[in-house]
Amino acid sequence: MVGPLDKDSWLGASGKDWDIVLSSRVRLARNVAGVPFVGMASDPDRNEVVGMVRRIPMFAGHDADLMWLEMENMGDRDRRMLVERHLISHQFADATFPRGVAISKDERLSVMVNEEDHLRIQTLAPGLALREAFQRVSEVRDEFESSIEFAFSPRWGFLTACPTNVGCGIRFSVMLHLPALRITEELGRVRQAAKDLDLAVRGYHGEGSESIGDFFQISNQITLGTSEEELLEEFLGSVVPQLVEYERHARSVLQEKKRMMLEDFVHRAHGTLLSARLLGIDEAIKLLSRLRIGRALGVVDSPDLAVIHRLLLNVQPAHLCALSGTTMEENDDSLSARAEMVRSALG
Amino acid sequence: MEHKCDRCEKPAQVHEVRIKNGKKQEIHLCPECAAAEGYGSTGGPMAQQFAKAIPVPPQSQKRRSTSCPTCGLSIAKFRHHGVLGCPNCYQAFEKHLEPLIARAQGGASHHSGHIPERQEGHMDRQLQRSKLLKQLNEAIAAEQYERAAEIRDSLQGLGGSMLGGEE
Ligand SMILES: [Zn+2]
Ligand SMILES: [Zn+2]
Repeated sequence: MVGPLDKDSWLGASGKDWDIVLSSRVRLARNVAGVPFVGMASDPDRNEVVGMVRRIPMFAGHDADLMWLEMENMGDRDRRMLVERHLISHQFADATFPRGVAISKDERLSVMVNEEDHLRIQTLAPGLALREAFQRVSEVRDEFESSIEFAFSPRWGFLTACPTNVGCGIRFSVMLHLPALRITEELGRVRQAAKDLDLAVRGYHGEGSESIGDFFQISNQITLGTSEEELLEEFLGSVVPQLVEYERHARSVLQEKKRMMLEDFVHRAHGTLLSARLLGIDEAIKLLSRLRIGRALGVVDSPDLAVIHRLLLNVQPAHLCALSGTTMEENDDSLSARAEMVRSALG
Repeated sequence: MEHKCDRCEKPAQVHEVRIKNGKKQEIHLCPECAAAEGYGSTGGPMAQQFAKAIPVPPQSQKRRSTSCPTCGLSIAKFRHHGVLGCPNCYQAFEKHLEPLIARAQGGASHHSGHIPERQEGHMDRQLQRSKLLKQLNEAIAAEQYERAAEIRDSLQGLGGSMLGGEE
């Protein structure tokens, strides 16, 4: 069973620009040379890839810091919990063939084996910490490279199942909290910047998900024709600061010109969270998002941001189910359990 | 009779007959594939003349089929799912992938990031070769024939299979 969140996890409220940047993520896609990509591979091929990974000392179980989870042996709820913690993808949770994931104790490192590509190596960190996350992912990459030959072409770089990921096969992302841009109706600036700078904008749960609670995952789409370091410098040095600056500006407008409106929606959200008896998932996240900006701007002086972050995770269906014994469906029981959990955490 | 493009399924508009190793060889290409092969209509007759002198890479002669010879994935299936079957699909479908990748990658067409350590050694020549090939195409497109001839000499100096054609 998936345990409670480690205190050092990436969901902590810390790091640079913590009030706007929830977390940073770097993900590498790699495939083993001479083996069909996961979708076309046979189960023996897929098992062979799992075996190759598990023969690397770091993943053989000697490293007390890394836990190996076979997905076929996990229940639906535990797989969902890993999705909710951003450690595996929906697609990976739902697949039915041999696959597994290695997760570090602090959950800052996870390696999915047999997702769309043979390997998806990802590192997470709280706040704006892409350089640290890149450093860690490069170390793990080197560990793999000393024992596995990756599919690589001099022209296209690392060969990935989806041809749009070739080249470095790297994805830098940040999870941004942009409620002020929503309230001031300036999210169009983010969409325009994303278009101009070739960025992907996704919701809280990645591909295809809604931007519930004004959380947006922003990542680079260009992976070819430029080095990892250049991509990092551009993303970290100009893309993210620009988006953070948009939100900061919108927040200062709210504070200076629309103070009453800001206080009103923050206190309403807080009040609802403290008194609701039935709380749906979307509503809970929306209200917690408003409480989060209120806390960041000093409209309310409790709870700690870490408490809000933990609630953002724990109100989600699989976590709620694990913590309160309800089912994962949205019904009166789970809505009531969610409201009770929120009340006792904030009360 | 209407010919289909040798590289994809679209109608061909560029037709050519070559004599290679004493055998007649017909070439039919759609405008896009023709441009990718250096038969650019903007290049003028000189460029076409020069392009004819450049040996065609062997893979584009052999791979007429629209399936990957290694994993069997068909181009139709790839178009439907957007996911390739194996690393060799990149060679098998190179002409189809080139425009698609260029569109997704802001026009980029060559890797310039990390190279896996164990491959660095034998990668140098290949990398140099692919860089020269790119420069050659650019020189032809710009009608810089003297420069193109120089690049071609360096390419031949490198030897190996990417130039192919001249057994
Ligand atoms: Zn064609
Ligand atoms: Zn293939």
